[in-house]
Amino acid sequence: MTIEQGTDMPAFETTGLGVRYRRNWALRDCSVSVPAGRVVALVGPNGAGKTTLLHTLVGLLAPTAGTARLFGHTVGQSEELLARMAFVAQDKPLYDSFTVADTLRFGKRLNLSWDDEFARRRIADLGISLRHKVGKLSGGQQAQVALTLALAKRPELLVLDEPLANLDPLARDDVMRALMGTVAETGMTVLLSSHVVSDLLNTCDWLVVLNGGRVQVSGDLEELLAEHRVLSGPAELADGLARRLQVVSDTRSDRQATLLAHVGTERLTLDSRWSERPVGLEELVLAYLRSPEASSLPRPSLATSA
Amino acid sequence: MATYLQLVHQVKHALRLGMLETGDRLPTAKEVVEKLAINPNTVSKAYRELEREGLVTGKPGLGTFVTRTLGGAGLADHARLRRELQNWIHAGREAGLDIEDLEALFALVIGDSFREGIA
Repeated sequence: MTIEQGTDMPAFETTGLGVRYRRNWALRDCSVSVPAGRVVALVGPNGAGKTTLLHTLVGLLAPTAGTARLFGHTVGQSEELLARMAFVAQDKPLYDSFTVADTLRFGKRLNLSWDDEFARRRIADLGISLRHKVGKLSGGQQAQVALTLALAKRPELLVLDEPLANLDPLARDDVMRALMGTVAETGMTVLLSSHVVSDLLNTCDWLVVLNGGRVQVSGDLEELLAEHRVLSGPAELADGLARRLQVVSDTRSDRQATLLAHVGTERLTLDSRWSERPVGLEELVLAYLRSPEASSLPRPSLATSA
Repeated sequence: MATYLQLVHQVKHALRLGMLETGDRLPTAKEVVEKLAINPNTVSKAYRELEREGLVTGKPGLGTFVTRTLGGAGLADHARLRRELQNWIHAGREAGLDIEDLEALFALVIGDSFREGIA
């Protein structure tokens, strides 16, 4: 099955989204729009607002400012949306005293759309016994049961908060392979948060960087990697070059300067004393997180919902 | 190297060595991603590139099929050339060359040969 991309309707979209807890803004002026069919990595340090953004998108939190939309519908105003998306919270909430069979029955009763055959087949394929108590399963198996509940809804958008946290490397790989297989089959959009960037390199194709409640980066992962370069050269020329480019990070020693810059799609013409190389994902994310004022997004225009 | 290019290279490698032949179906995106834990769009992109190069063709609902193989010589020649190369490597090891020496020598000779246009 081919995955349709670039359809007009974004899977999710926020406009000037802000969330305030008492006097602190957990999210401020977040405007992102992500096409359907993408696997989106939401990254940022602890406390950046990742969970707040996810909770707002799935309707667990009402925004203080701005709007959140899924498939063109404002979150919280359309019950139909609940059937089209699934959410797995960070602690993968399951009832420990339920058996796996009870858990599936519970999912079936609570959801309008539910593919019971899929859920049972998936649990069988994973080699998990329906008779076992959920609390007795390994961390990896619990993660798979939680994922099965979410997938059995057959959602168009799957939102996962730190799905890989607390899993060993083998279980992380199992979860990601299962997830990628379902994406290939259904073309659903996945939004997952993580603070481990290396897990996401080959699985995600859209990157959102959240830092201090603001969106610093949102874009196609490959394009972002292609549009950023690491430039090294003599320190005395660095100011001149830095003025021409959107510099994300700037490291200087006495003689040498290293700039990580957003150079866009045009080819750079550089003085021969500069060398350039492509940027890695982790390096790119860290550079943005270390310079909270930098942004790869166009300068903020007054974003109003037109 | 970008992941999609690694996939392109793997398929070409298999075509060159006769592990994939005309008419063979490539694994579906789902089969590939469930093995490798990579994004399905990466597989689609690799297959589009192979299609652009005229090596495979996608048939909607059926899969992606090999339309052309790579490699100048037939597989019969492959077997003979492989034997000769094995003899050469054997001789090299007898002379005390290690794997890096042999690779360097092979790369040098192959580079010279193509530069000079020697058939």
